[in-house]
Amino acid sequence: MVAAFDEMKGHLGDVRPAYGELSRWLAEVPPDVLDYRRREAELIFKRIGITFAVYGEADAQERLIPFDVIPRIMSAAEWRLLEKGLTQRVAALNAFINDIYGAREVLRAGVVPDDLVFRNPAFRPEMSGQKVPHNIHVHIAGIDIVRVDAETFYVLEDNVRTPSGVSYMLENREIMMRLFPELFSRHRIAPVENYPDELLATLRSVAPAKTARDPEVVLLTPGVFNSAYYEHSFLADKLGVELVEGRDLFVKDEIVFMRTTQGARRVDVIYRRIDDDFIDPLTFRPDTALGVPGLMSAYQAGNLTLANAVGTGIADDKAVYSFMPEIIRFYLGEEPILKNVPTWRCREEEHLAYTLDHLHELVIKEVHGSGGYGMLIGPTAGKVAIEQFRAKLKTSPKNFISQPTLALSTCPTCVENGVAPRHVDLRPFVLTGRNGVRIVPGGLTRVALKEGSLVVNSSQGGGTKDTWVLDG
Amino acid sequence: MLSRTADNLYWLSRYVERAEYLARILEATHRLSALPLAYVGTSNEWESAVATAGCSAALFATYDEANESNVTNFLAFSTANTSSIRSCFELARGNARAVRTALTVEMWDSINTTWLELKRFGNGPTSSEEFSRFLRWVQESSLRFDGSAYRTMLRNDAYWFSRLGVYIERADNTARILDVKYHLLLPENERVGGPLDYFQWAAILRSVSAHTGYHWVYRESLKPWLVADLLILRDEMPRSLASCYEAIVRNLDSIAGAYGRQGPAQRHARGVRMRLQNSRMDGIFQRGLHEFIGEFIAENNRLGTLVTEQFLT
Repeated sequence: MVAAFDEMKGHLGDVRPAYGELSRWLAEVPPDVLDYRRREAELIFKRIGITFAVYGEADAQERLIPFDVIPRIMSAAEWRLLEKGLTQRVAALNAFINDIYGAREVLRAGVVPDDLVFRNPAFRPEMSGQKVPHNIHVHIAGIDIVRVDAETFYVLEDNVRTPSGVSYMLENREIMMRLFPELFSRHRIAPVENYPDELLATLRSVAPAKTARDPEVVLLTPGVFNSAYYEHSFLADKLGVELVEGRDLFVKDEIVFMRTTQGARRVDVIYRRIDDDFIDPLTFRPDTALGVPGLMSAYQAGNLTLANAVGTGIADDKAVYSFMPEIIRFYLGEEPILKNVPTWRCREEEHLAYTLDHLHELVIKEVHGSGGYGMLIGPTAGKVAIEQFRAKLKTSPKNFISQPTLALSTCPTCVENGVAPRHVDLRPFVLTGRNGVRIVPGGLTRVALKEGSLVVNSSQGGGTKDTWVLDG
Repeated sequence: MLSRTADNLYWLSRYVERAEYLARILEATHRLSALPLAYVGTSNEWESAVATAGCSAALFATYDEANESNVTNFLAFSTANTSSIRSCFELARGNARAVRTALTVEMWDSINTTWLELKRFGNGPTSSEEFSRFLRWVQESSLRFDGSAYRTMLRNDAYWFSRLGVYIERADNTARILDVKYHLLLPENERVGGPLDYFQWAAILRSVSAHTGYHWVYRESLKPWLVADLLILRDEMPRSLASCYEAIVRNLDSIAGAYGRQGPAQRHARGVRMRLQNSRMDGIFQRGLHEFIGEFIAENNRLGTLVTEQFLT
């Protein structure tokens, strides 16, 4: 594996311009000050109660995501490139989903194989032929980006169902401004605090066209036991909309209402942070109490906007991902600005053979997996794990893809004994409304705190950083 | 506002209020049980503490005997008892977490800090000094929460529902003390006890933090019928039934005003308030103190049900 590109020192060790001030500051600041601020940050997070839950850990119902106080910095030019690439990517994702549930030209043209769509558990036949307000399916996307050198960014994953993490982007900035005002005054950093406003404007803009009143927007959460509950309540608060659970809503005559202390109140837009499967027991999984019976009838009658739309999962599965460059060319007639990580689809014989031959150097991912669960990182995996995956691959090759192990870029990070480079990724949040795309500059930087680790997922011990986009 | 949000706010306040009440009951009981038997007679104060907390049946399902260690553990730290101080704080924090958006930062901070600090006490204190520190901490936590609600919340329906929780719970708590101790508070000619009861009266006053207040209101030594009067009919005593209902009616009126609509809860509360205003202690003694208290507890529960039906579901 090649040495990772360090975002502060590049490949050669010379401090890159965007990091000039930070690197001077790091050299000046006494280690105990850094350590003190770090503990202070942790205390603040704990008191505000910014927690998440890790599934499968009984004693960790609520846990803090470690926060690293050293910011990750991008230049304005780097961000402009990302912004263009993200806008393009999300436009293609929306066009693709609209097509899949509409004319299906992409299938007839043979760009994407039929069975990848129709045999995909995320495909929702209920949505076939269903118009959604303003033809927008993905209102909120979280696109995971990794970097391998000064010029090259890859899209690692598209998240177009219910992407999370934006609350950390906002809270990280708040805490940094509180703890390091002097560092802020040495930079000009593009703000992110307007994200909730942009989100609200986006949600209101996509209300059903026939909504005559001011649209009533709500945020639907599965409830306090969901791992992202903190974020749901945080966002509802910043948006100034009600945070509802399924039991707070009911459907009458194909119209959705919420139960209030003053009786029923009509709802027009639901920013839902609950998966398709659980949204309406009458249409999807009947064994859940999280959703709202009849919600789909209101949706299908055009009386409701769901953000994101039902069935968007068809576009972010890892097998469809591998077709994204073709999908972008097909709908937009443009070359992809952001690259895809080269991907072997194990459903294809040659790809499977290649994968099996190179297990020790590849990353193997489950097609429908997420959150860093169910993946194998060849170079660091033990023999037993590799053989287990070999067996899995042979039994159900369709469930897997493989990719080269990327040398993710690194950023200076506080560790046990000082400051050291650690691998990072970036999840910017892309909003699409009736009047176009909005992206606040930055996003959530996740960092693998263990030395050498490439897994940045919070459920696997990753942390977060504030992400600074320099202005001009 | 969402019915569920109102419901969470209402119960959040109730649980915090209940935790404080339990702490005061435990404190008063400790005081009584520390006195030589000659001063307090042979009654089992621990048993009566559990009765006052309304969980005798639950205690005896777990323990054979109501003694200091069993009752202390059961009322303060037990996770099996859903009304223990620990459970109350945990439930309160659970409710708070469910409606974070409806809380002010100060309220969240206060209840979340309480919940975090609760862990420090583990499964119970190791010494009686530590236990009395714990009880003081519970009361301070409740005061801090109540104060942050009072000082930082907007005066809208969210505030009124959280106040309703406080006062309905408080009325229930005061009534329960009276229900268990009524026999100590009868007028002179009906009294069954003896001069030993003096310390019982003082303990009752302490459990509603009115020991000093009593002297300012009556300027007299402790008389059981005056203790009853203070706890039932005096508007100026903040834990009296009358005072709780004054506040309940006021908050329900604010809700009705804002919503432009009256309902069964308002009418019922006004009825209870009126009966309290029109009562005198001799009348109550004549009809039977115990019956009066029993009826009040039922009426207060009925109000809880009506509030739930009208607003919270």
